[in-house]
Amino acid sequence: MSISTVATWAVVIGGLLICAKPLGLYLYRVFTFQPTILDRPLKPVEDLIFRAIHVSRESSMSAVEYGVSFMLTNLVWAVMAYVLLRTQGLWPFNPEHFGNLSAGLSFNTAASFVTNTNWQAYSGENTMSYFSQFAVLQFLQFVTPASGAAAGVAFVRAMAGRPLGNFFVDLTVFTTRVLLPLSVIFGLFFVAQGVPDTLLGYLHLHTLTGATQTVPRGPMAGWEAIEHLGQNGGGFTGANSANPLENPTALTNIAQSLAMGLVPVAFFYMFGRFTGRTRLAWTLMGVAGTLFLAMLAMIYFPEAAGNPIVNHLGLLGHANMEGKDLRFGLGGTAIFETSTMAFSTGSVVAAQDSFLPIPGLAFFLGMFLNMVFGATGVGLLNMVMFVILTIFLMGLMVGRTPEFLGKKIEAREVSLTAIAFLLHPLLILVGGAIAVSTSAGLAGVFNPGPHGLSEILYAFSSAAANNGSAMAGLNAALPFYEIAIGLVAIIGRYASIMVMLLVGESLLKKKAVPQTSGTMRTDTPLFGGILLGSIMILNALTFFPVMALGPLAEHYLLLAHHLFS
Amino acid sequence: MAAQPSSDFVRMRLAEVLRDTILKLNPWSMMRNPVMLVVEIGTAITLWLTIVAPAGPDRAYDLLVTVILLFTVLFATFAESYAEARGRAQAAFLRKSRASARARVLKPDGSWEWRDGSELTQGTRIRIEAGDVVASDGVVLEGVGSMDESAITGESAPVIKGPGDSVTGGTVLLSDVLVVEITADPGSTFLDRMIALVEGAARQKTPNEIALTALLAVLTLIFVLVVVTLAPFARYYGPHAVSITTLVALLVCLIPTTIGGLLSAIGIAGMNRVAQINVVAKSGRAVEAAGDIDTLILDKTGTITIGNRMATEFLPVPGVSAEAVAEAALWASVADTTPEGRSVVELAQKVLGLTEVPAPTGEPVPFTAQTRMSGIDLADGRKIRKGAVSAILRVVEQPPPELEQMAEAVAREGGTPLAVAVDSQALGVIRLKDIVKPGLKERFQEFRAMGIRTVMATGDNRITAEVIAREAGVDEVVAEVDPEGKLALIQREQAEGRLVAMTGDGTNDAPALAQADVGLAMNSGTMAAKEAGNMLDLESNPTKLLDVIEVGKQLLITRGALTTFSIANDVAKYFAIIPAMFASVPLLHGLEALNIMHLKTPHGAILSALIFNALIIPALIPFAIRGVRYRPESADRMLLRNILNWGVVGVIVPFVGIWAIDHVLGLFGLA
Repeated sequence: MSISTVATWAVVIGGLLICAKPLGLYLYRVFTFQPTILDRPLKPVEDLIFRAIHVSRESSMSAVEYGVSFMLTNLVWAVMAYVLLRTQGLWPFNPEHFGNLSAGLSFNTAASFVTNTNWQAYSGENTMSYFSQFAVLQFLQFVTPASGAAAGVAFVRAMAGRPLGNFFVDLTVFTTRVLLPLSVIFGLFFVAQGVPDTLLGYLHLHTLTGATQTVPRGPMAGWEAIEHLGQNGGGFTGANSANPLENPTALTNIAQSLAMGLVPVAFFYMFGRFTGRTRLAWTLMGVAGTLFLAMLAMIYFPEAAGNPIVNHLGLLGHANMEGKDLRFGLGGTAIFETSTMAFSTGSVVAAQDSFLPIPGLAFFLGMFLNMVFGATGVGLLNMVMFVILTIFLMGLMVGRTPEFLGKKIEAREVSLTAIAFLLHPLLILVGGAIAVSTSAGLAGVFNPGPHGLSEILYAFSSAAANNGSAMAGLNAALPFYEIAIGLVAIIGRYASIMVMLLVGESLLKKKAVPQTSGTMRTDTPLFGGILLGSIMILNALTFFPVMALGPLAEHYLLLAHHLFS
Repeated sequence: MAAQPSSDFVRMRLAEVLRDTILKLNPWSMMRNPVMLVVEIGTAITLWLTIVAPAGPDRAYDLLVTVILLFTVLFATFAESYAEARGRAQAAFLRKSRASARARVLKPDGSWEWRDGSELTQGTRIRIEAGDVVASDGVVLEGVGSMDESAITGESAPVIKGPGDSVTGGTVLLSDVLVVEITADPGSTFLDRMIALVEGAARQKTPNEIALTALLAVLTLIFVLVVVTLAPFARYYGPHAVSITTLVALLVCLIPTTIGGLLSAIGIAGMNRVAQINVVAKSGRAVEAAGDIDTLILDKTGTITIGNRMATEFLPVPGVSAEAVAEAALWASVADTTPEGRSVVELAQKVLGLTEVPAPTGEPVPFTAQTRMSGIDLADGRKIRKGAVSAILRVVEQPPPELEQMAEAVAREGGTPLAVAVDSQALGVIRLKDIVKPGLKERFQEFRAMGIRTVMATGDNRITAEVIAREAGVDEVVAEVDPEGKLALIQREQAEGRLVAMTGDGTNDAPALAQADVGLAMNSGTMAAKEAGNMLDLESNPTKLLDVIEVGKQLLITRGALTTFSIANDVAKYFAIIPAMFASVPLLHGLEALNIMHLKTPHGAILSALIFNALIIPALIPFAIRGVRYRPESADRMLLRNILNWGVVGVIVPFVGIWAIDHVLGLFGLA
């Protein structure tokens, strides 16, 4: 492991750790409407918005109202995005004169961006006008993570025994107080590092060999900031952060890895502050952090060991660098890839398709769990979902009705939580099964053998987890995938958030039971270990068979030096 | 019914158990248990495959899978039938006492006629004569008589019943005649409730059981999804990549059959354990709530203390020896048959080193409310008296000033002083004290470790109450409390989110009993109290509340432990089945590396996992019936111990078990 690898990892992981508490406290102050330093410039703006839509900061909604506001608002955005993409040719800021998008692609893109998935069945540089990029897609990159975070805030409030709050207030405040200021900082940093930010058309350059090369550019730096800060992950261009203009230096690589995780990690701390149980927050962060490190190791070490077949041939005997950028090396690539899968971002710095099967397994792990911090707010919802399941399964063993944060977990909460857990395998397994058993689905598969199966599973996992990265090697531009992936992203997004909001409200309505020595404590290393164990077992039980048929089968074929022609 | 049903009894009922085991296969009744319903459907599928399959090794494999699946279901229905049979065995003891119950029903003119016990309704008046079995529950209106309640309580000493006392169906009147008004309609007497509960007939799922069933149902649904979608995923590698029979086998191995098969047996057995300690619970919900109790509100007298004050010390006035006081006290008490008097005699014997009690030679002077003293006029002319200090002071000449000081000191320390005098000379003071029941302090400590607070609520004055509270080690003491105060105390605790348990026997306890989450009424208590509580202790032992809580906790722990075990088991089954099920696909041969148990053949591996999955159900029946071992300790320690015992062991055991079964199958050429 090189010095640069160690340094890169230390800066990213250390940065996340250091920022967790101060940023978490800031989030807490923002969402309890306490004064912060940004009040002076931003409060008047927010007040104007609240007056215009007739809401007040103090108002509150029921879980159903909150969820319906969330979904309806998103629906309006989706329709808006669909219409604007379908009519792209009519709008300004289109120096490359791109035409209207097809119905299927417009639906897929609208569904994907409105659900914070950012799955892209297109390449931005040859499909999207600047207007579509910043007015449609980048707009959604601000408001959709804010929507998810708002739902997370509402859930946290309920867990803390407070009213859920108002969706529109939380949406606005998260955008103005968190995403906008951070985007300004990161955007300016990216500009300083050389990321273009312009409305001028593409560059047409004459190379030394006399050929003409087109270099796509555009309003990229601001995009890169919110793409990562909001765990959106959709690239300005098809190559995403592997494009040297989107991610030019080792520093931007670190900054993007860091940007993805800052708010999700701080959100865990905010949960601890809200509930008055920071030890619990650290326990949950410890569990997620352990999984993060495990993924990092699963990605880095097999790649560093190299491809067994290539090694066997004695050609290189070095790390598997296929599809990776030499600027970042394996260390920078591994931390970025771990972050993008852990925080459910979905931007990529290398070709996902070219990773070995075990790193591929780590990618799947990130998407299946969707709570290794996850996207802001949503990751915490998923974490608490596993906490509740674990408490119920194991908690009976202390001889009391299981309770979490002093609230008894009974049939209603258990059923709802179990349904939330069920959704993920339902979408991935049923979606994947339909794809492999229909000619429409199989038509998109380019690679034979287990890798092809992994690609299909990856597409559905990415959509269900609202991750948005793709393994490539799968033609996702087919109508079957455009529609199926869009639907899976929608159900994966709204159903689970809605169900968890109901769980939160249901717990909120219960009377709190005082904690005694007879209460199972959730803020101990023991519980952290049990939680980790039951997360692994529950997910392994669900996904082990398909993983055996996909990445594991590929892994063993690789060890057996099996080649596909 | 004090006895537990012996294993003989169950053996006698074996035919009945086996019959129920088969009858419970009815898919309609299986609907209550979604996990086992899936196994049953799986069995039907593999049976059909066996029938339509072409002859050959595959057919034999299908048949074997079908047989093992069938046994998996049968083991589960057997567990439930077995638990129910134990309940019925218990109920039979109760039924016996009711078999011949006829009642002399009083007519308005005062005459009576024989009617069958089942015809008695609320408000009917009956006459009970010596030797009659009481036909139903009721309240005594007239008469006093002694009652043999051993059929219900197992306590052989007769109990005196007078007007206002309650009588229980199934007990026998030993002497005299009583007129009783019936308070229960047929089928709703305590006996009926107890029978219904132990037999499982009136069994409704408790809240935790409902939640657990829901979770198990969703888990089962997830595994159905996993296995059903596995078919198309496997076909990606070829049309015959996996057989349906193997998929069914995988499904059954994965779904939580262990807990699914034992869940209802655990519930029934829990109710039986309550019945075994002679407590009637009106619902399973109450038993489960007992496990959740945060605060115990206990009376002092009779609950925390033995109930009668006991002599613990003789305090002589200056110039008198302790032996002299003891001797005088002994004479004063030889004729006193009250527990207090007995305790004075016993203490005097100890002080004087006597092994026998001298016969009273003289004229005993009984206690009266006017004199407030008792004693004896001995044949030698000495008049020996013991009694309230103020009463004695009135009869002695020149009372020593120390006497009053000593009496005050005793009272200050929570005791009751009795003065002893011979003729007109006061000799000293007997210290009477409330005695904390032996072992109670340790149990309260255990309860504290489990996070349960004990509150002593008593009508006694603060000083007395605090002394006992200190000795017993309760967490809080509320003195000079009346029944309304007790009710307010419960409401206060509940307002803070705590679940409260209490015991009571008087009519004025009824509101508090009804308010408490667990209200254990005493069988000796009034009908109002019995109706208000949600549990009834037939032995009328208030300390029983502690046992009830332990049964409730053990019930929850058993469910949690077997659930954890069931899910932990699945890890090994994957390692057995996944490599085996794709063995016929060349591209997937590498998965053989996952066969870490080195199972010999693919079919053998699948059968081994399936057999293990079936056998673990009967293997765990003893735990389901008896409850898993339980030790009072803090939640964190309990969690750690149970995670190791059931979670970690639950991961390891099937690896060993499946490996061993595979080797046994190998001996028969099946693997």
